[in-house]
Amino acid sequence: MKGRMRMKVRSIALFGAIALVVAACTQTPTTTVPPATTVPQGTTATTAPPGTTGTTAPPGVGAGEGALSIIAWAGYIEDGTTDPAYDWVTAYESATGCEVSVKTAGTSDEMVALMTEGAGQYDLVTASGDASLRLIKGGTVQPVDISLIPSYAKVDERLQEAAWHFVDGNHYGTPYQWGANVLMYNTDVFSEAPTSWSVIFEEQTLPDGKSNKGRIEAYDGAIAMADAALYLAAKDPALGITDPYALNQAQFDAVVALLRDQRQLAFRYWHDVFAQMEDFKNEGVVAASSWPFQVNLLVAEGQPIASTVPAEGATGWADTTMMHAAAPHPNCAYLWMEHSLNPVVQGDLAAWFGSVPAVLEACGASGLLTDTGCATNGLDSFDQIRFWKTPQADCFGAGGECKSYSNWVSTYTAILGS
Amino acid sequence: MTAVTKRSALTRLSTFVARRRWLKTTLLLGPPLLWLVVVYLGSLFSLMAQSFFQLDDFTGIVERTFSLDTWKRFFDNPGNVPTAVRTLLMATAVTLGSLGIAFPLAYYVARYARGRIKTLLVLGVLIPLWSSYLVRVYAWKTILSNEGAVNWVLDHLGLGAVVDFLLGLPFIGGNSLSTSELGQFAVFTYVWLPYMVLPIISAIEKIPRSLLEASSDLGAHSPTTFRKVVWPLAIPGVVAGSIFTFSLTLGDYIIPQIIGDSSPFIGLSIYLFQGVAGDLPQAAAFSFVPMAIMAVYLTLARRTGAFENL
Repeated sequence: MKGRMRMKVRSIALFGAIALVVAACTQTPTTTVPPATTVPQGTTATTAPPGTTGTTAPPGVGAGEGALSIIAWAGYIEDGTTDPAYDWVTAYESATGCEVSVKTAGTSDEMVALMTEGAGQYDLVTASGDASLRLIKGGTVQPVDISLIPSYAKVDERLQEAAWHFVDGNHYGTPYQWGANVLMYNTDVFSEAPTSWSVIFEEQTLPDGKSNKGRIEAYDGAIAMADAALYLAAKDPALGITDPYALNQAQFDAVVALLRDQRQLAFRYWHDVFAQMEDFKNEGVVAASSWPFQVNLLVAEGQPIASTVPAEGATGWADTTMMHAAAPHPNCAYLWMEHSLNPVVQGDLAAWFGSVPAVLEACGASGLLTDTGCATNGLDSFDQIRFWKTPQADCFGAGGECKSYSNWVSTYTAILGS
Repeated sequence: MTAVTKRSALTRLSTFVARRRWLKTTLLLGPPLLWLVVVYLGSLFSLMAQSFFQLDDFTGIVERTFSLDTWKRFFDNPGNVPTAVRTLLMATAVTLGSLGIAFPLAYYVARYARGRIKTLLVLGVLIPLWSSYLVRVYAWKTILSNEGAVNWVLDHLGLGAVVDFLLGLPFIGGNSLSTSELGQFAVFTYVWLPYMVLPIISAIEKIPRSLLEASSDLGAHSPTTFRKVVWPLAIPGVVAGSIFTFSLTLGDYIIPQIIGDSSPFIGLSIYLFQGVAGDLPQAAAFSFVPMAIMAVYLTLARRTGAFENL
């Protein structure tokens, strides 16, 4: 998820052919919010007396304050300005009177920074799992009362109390969308889908008779170490890796050794989706970790590309709409969280982004997301996915001592530089 | 009536200031000095101070108490030295490469080109600067890719084996021109070339023709004239240009992300420490490396009188 949209901006000029899609995702639907004059008068969501509902507000939420400010991945909050078919803002605005303004962020870290420095400025953030726990821990976001969000009951049960937003019995936000880091491969080389991630971790002869050396790619971000840990968990059970994000010293060393071997095989490391697509088209790269987004675009271009979730499973990202501890427009925020779980909104967004909706009803509800859309984007692989979360020194409370995220980053950088 | 009073008030003020040299100097230099000291040096020192704080791994928050822990981790990190060496070697190679291309071009422009040709040549050097740096770098990625323009042309000329040979070489080779050090060198050189050409042109233009004629009158052949007259007088321009190419390569963190095999450069490492890991102290510690390298470089450059040509 990191860096996805920032990189798109860079690529626009080059990839004219897909410029439409790109442009669609890079333009931020910015509706300017009128200055503080419309900011709250009285009722906040959590203290609203029953019965003071606005026209479309669920029971318990007060009338909107007239504005809502969201930090989001580009392309996540579309108001129809990029493509009139993709609009899940206008209806919300006219129903609630909350004018939406969006601040786009390119990385999880940027989101965390904006939130920590944006007290009183931002209401919501669409945080990935590697950011959400940091926000909760830092006290930057507040628990939400899901009884004020009736649609919460419709959220995929597997996501309702997920570890990256449900902490100590509190819900910190509403699930938005999720997706897997799939294994993308070239179908000219692999007549059948590879069954193991080993094709990108260990030197071997591919079905076309040539070595995989120099023909594979891995993700250019420390969180990719979890991919290696997941592979080792299956390959070498003696290591005892149960959570790819909680690694002790011995497990970490094994992961590093594996990644050092991978360094010799990797064509390069990717973080720019369009650069990766280019590598598959023009550089002879045939297998890599990737996102459904690139797979869908390449398939749409008629390239011999497919993707799979190998036997070991896959890592993935799951985003949560979280509310700032000092949100200036709490009622509008609650109304948005309710709106964001609308099946049509969820389905349209999934079609736009190549992700999987958090509300399963969406799979049949959106005309833009065809009936097979959810399956294409990876719905059935949920149980095989270990979702991104920021590695923590306390092993997420599981006991023992784990390598922290800053260890991950400095080590991964060292591997890439070796 | 009012106008007269105003003028006389203004005159009196200017006389007041003019008679006091210290006041004139303070008013002139005060604001820029304040800028330099407070904003520039101040931020530099606060950056240096950061490296003596440390990151609490558990909370991910920077602890603002004095500690040498960050520096210990900095020297323990096995990736830092190779990264610094790689960056330094690339900056040196790019500087020498740019010099090799820029000097003949600048010499021709300064000495022989006239009128429209001269304008065209100078424009040719400058025009790439008018377009986005990112666009140009991405264009190079496509040009250098395995199925890109360079390989296509060489293949059709029957020179495909040359590329394979170059890519097979240790240190500069790789899987593809776009991921090799060779490709990185080419792109860096292309991007920073104008900054080398322009100072050299201005240095050579300053050499009086009479000196060359005198050299020739005294029986020196062209190579001798070049070695004894042109080159020594052009050195300040060369050094000025090299400061640009060297420091720009040293600090760049975009090109290594797009061209090359993802091996980090100093700038990219700092960016990763600060922007991704949230480890500002570690980033601050690493930023001492390019500062130290540039300090040495500038000290050496100053001795050649290059700063008179900036």
